[in-house]
Amino acid sequence: MSTQPVLLKGGRLVDPSQNLDAVGDLLVQDGKVVKAGGKIAGPDGAIVIDAKGKVVSPGFIDVHCHLREPGREDVETIQSGAESAVAGGFTAVCAMPNTNPVTDNQAAVGFIIRQAQRANAARVYPIGAISVGQLGQAMAEMGEMVGAGAVAVSDDGKPVVSAQLMRTTLEYARSFGIPVADHCEEPTLAHGGAMNEGVVSARLGLKGIPDEAEEIMVIRDILLARRTGGHVHLCHMSTKGSVELIRWGKDRGINVTAEVCPHHLHLTEDAVEGYNTHAKMNPPLRTWADVEALRAAVKDGTIDCVATDHAPHHYDEKEREFSDAPNGIVGLETALAVVHTALVSSGVIGLPDLVNRMSVMPAKVFHLPGGTLRAGSVADVTVFDPAETWTVDATRFRTKGRNSPWTGRQLTGRVHATLVGGRVAWQLGG
Amino acid sequence: MPPATTTVLDAKAMERTLRRMADEILELASGSDNLVIVGIQRRGVQLADRLVALIKSRDGLEIPRGALDITLYRDDLQTVGPRPVVGKTDLPFDLEGKLIVIVDDVLYTGRTVRAALDELADFGRPARIALAVLVDRGGRELPIHADIIGKKVDIAASDRVDVHVSELDQKDAVTIVRRDAA
Amino acid sequence: MSAPLGKDLVGLEGLSREQLQLVLDAAEGFKEVSERAIKKVPTLRGQTIVNLFFEASTRTRVSFEFAEKRLSADTVNVASSGSSVSKGETLVDTARNLEAMRIDMVVIRHPSSGAARFLAERIKSNVINAGDGTHEHPTQGLLDMLTLRDKFGKLDGLKVCLCGDVLHSRVARSNIFGLRTMGAEVAICGPRSLLPGDVGQLGVTVFDRIEAAIEWADALNVLRLQLERMSAGYIPSLREYNRVFGVTRERLDRAPRDLLILHPGPMNRGVEIDSNVADGPHSVILDQVTNGVAVRMAVLYLLAGARAEPSRGGDAR
Repeated sequence: MSTQPVLLKGGRLVDPSQNLDAVGDLLVQDGKVVKAGGKIAGPDGAIVIDAKGKVVSPGFIDVHCHLREPGREDVETIQSGAESAVAGGFTAVCAMPNTNPVTDNQAAVGFIIRQAQRANAARVYPIGAISVGQLGQAMAEMGEMVGAGAVAVSDDGKPVVSAQLMRTTLEYARSFGIPVADHCEEPTLAHGGAMNEGVVSARLGLKGIPDEAEEIMVIRDILLARRTGGHVHLCHMSTKGSVELIRWGKDRGINVTAEVCPHHLHLTEDAVEGYNTHAKMNPPLRTWADVEALRAAVKDGTIDCVATDHAPHHYDEKEREFSDAPNGIVGLETALAVVHTALVSSGVIGLPDLVNRMSVMPAKVFHLPGGTLRAGSVADVTVFDPAETWTVDATRFRTKGRNSPWTGRQLTGRVHATLVGGRVAWQLGG
Repeated sequence: MPPATTTVLDAKAMERTLRRMADEILELASGSDNLVIVGIQRRGVQLADRLVALIKSRDGLEIPRGALDITLYRDDLQTVGPRPVVGKTDLPFDLEGKLIVIVDDVLYTGRTVRAALDELADFGRPARIALAVLVDRGGRELPIHADIIGKKVDIAASDRVDVHVSELDQKDAVTIVRRDAA
Repeated sequence: MSAPLGKDLVGLEGLSREQLQLVLDAAEGFKEVSERAIKKVPTLRGQTIVNLFFEASTRTRVSFEFAEKRLSADTVNVASSGSSVSKGETLVDTARNLEAMRIDMVVIRHPSSGAARFLAERIKSNVINAGDGTHEHPTQGLLDMLTLRDKFGKLDGLKVCLCGDVLHSRVARSNIFGLRTMGAEVAICGPRSLLPGDVGQLGVTVFDRIEAAIEWADALNVLRLQLERMSAGYIPSLREYNRVFGVTRERLDRAPRDLLILHPGPMNRGVEIDSNVADGPHSVILDQVTNGVAVRMAVLYLLAGARAEPSRGGDAR
């Protein structure tokens, strides 16, 4: 397939996969990167985008989002989700299988792939369920799902309660070389919880979820990865203790990777004050000590990647009593700005680290194309302005979800253009 | 122009006025042993106490004294908001068949007296209710009049009458504060 | 001073010492109304109040209803069973429908923490929290404080211990916030499985043993033990609870001073409190009930006035 060449002129090329951080041009054509760096004369008919003052990086990859289709097309579709992704600079997203019906078989995986092709926005990689119906009992047909295009398995939304099921899944997944992503939550400890257990929950009279509900499952999964040699990927880490346990596992060479969500790097339990349902998520927002530990873990690589846990809900589902409101927030279109504001503006990490955690490492951990601007690789590219401060307005989101805790807040770092397979899939104001 | 304050009754004049009012109350009761005096919170209560003491010292009569707080009977909660602290209503006698003299410091719109009448009606059925005020400043909004008046003044709506009693204000005096003298 | 408490009473947290003092002082004036032969004043004549109870309650609802009726308000009771609420209507829809009927005030009891505030933020009417989940029960906190103030003459420096299931108690939270603001020392005592973990940060002392609490306190506010806490596994048995944590005559007899005993009701006699304590000379449990009406009248009065248009200020003299 031949597409019009695109020349990005004069941007700051940031690509940690090849230790590239220099001002230069980038040319892509026919879905591939032709050349990155230096001055490039554009071929005839090339679309030229002025990237001066902006960062040009390999496209962001989100290994954890909820696109709600099939089942809740009123809150998100693969179309709206994939458009939301490119508007947030994501060239590829991995869709969690907690849909209705659950993505637990070959046909369901194929459906997502077809819908994503029709959407023609970001790439969408299905994640298959670990267990049939996500019921935590019988293992789903992993091999068939991988054959149809699934890139990982997970029962996300729910933990894998049975240690035995987790063990066999980690063992079985070795044949296919895919990560097993776990939502770490010990259900009896977390039962009925609506926020972090601590002084704020004590004051507000809300049932808390203790750190240990996450950490017990984190160490269980790490120990099972040690036993089985399988690759366990720990979703949305939220506590300081989890960071320490992951570090312990990595120090011993155990095959464990982990992700953190932008909100856990930026907000604390204080955001719940006033029973703000847009601050209700699972795992819950924790304390400042946790935020600091997670930031340090992003810096030192204990946490491999940033993932959004993008979770759209209908507006009136969040417009209710706190304990009855659903968990989760939309995140695709604010991820860069939140991570940039929380980590780069505050001086914790530099821009190459940000690109590493949002593009290079997600590609590596989930074995996906992209995550690099090397010549010949897929032309998935994100262009963003690291200095632009903007006010979040959820009504302008491409996602159908409006459930964002950042509405009205000022953040720094804004996506200007997104190229998927060499095609300009999105441009700010375009 | 800054507000100008004039004294219409000083301590001596106020004492004389109260004495005359005490005499008029006894005259109105014409020897009835059913007379009771009820002061309206706040300064009406102090004035009622003075009147009771004057009657006792000059005529040797023990007149029962009650206190009425009309806050909960006001008709202006929605326009001026709550008076945060509600004073005591204390009527330590049966109202049935009594001759009640209500005592208040200033009679103006008549709404306070209207509220007092409503409240008294919830406590019983007196034979007669009369009204004694230290100052009548006119400006009635209801068909209410005083039976006994200490001092009549004719002033503009923007002016204010302040009654000072030594129990609460360290001095006895009635003053008028004129705000828009021009 | 036209809106001394603001539009709503959602909780005692965040109210100033002056505001709390004001409600208690105002309540003092309302006590006398309930002693009159005609227990009714026209203060809230023509005002419409909805008592919206999403949880069963006799005591609090009756107390509010008396307070409203003694102020001459028109009241409507909506209980969750048989209402549109049980047909799955959301709280926000219920609120909008009430608003559309032009009501003046809502008294809400709801099983979810934060529900009163949620409602208050969405309607123009005054909202009074009559208990929201395990969050606050501000009028109960106020009546407890009024009862303590009646007996001790002050709250400053008073040592009050809340005993029992603090974790699930909205009464405890309102007491902690209100009493601490008024300068009282507050402690809690109960099995650790029924105390919030980070409660030390709320500025209260924790006693593990009821004997130690009794030795320390001037007054005990004995919380109701919800019987379902046992089935939920927080405590092994009611029998053991009474043996280890119950407020008994024998334990009180060993105290260095006479302790005032409060209980928000309804009591589980023989569980958290023994009958001879509840009915004993130092129990002020029925004074609490009496004070409840006065406190609620004061709150209704102060909030109703908060809707005043500030067009005409002050007394006409």
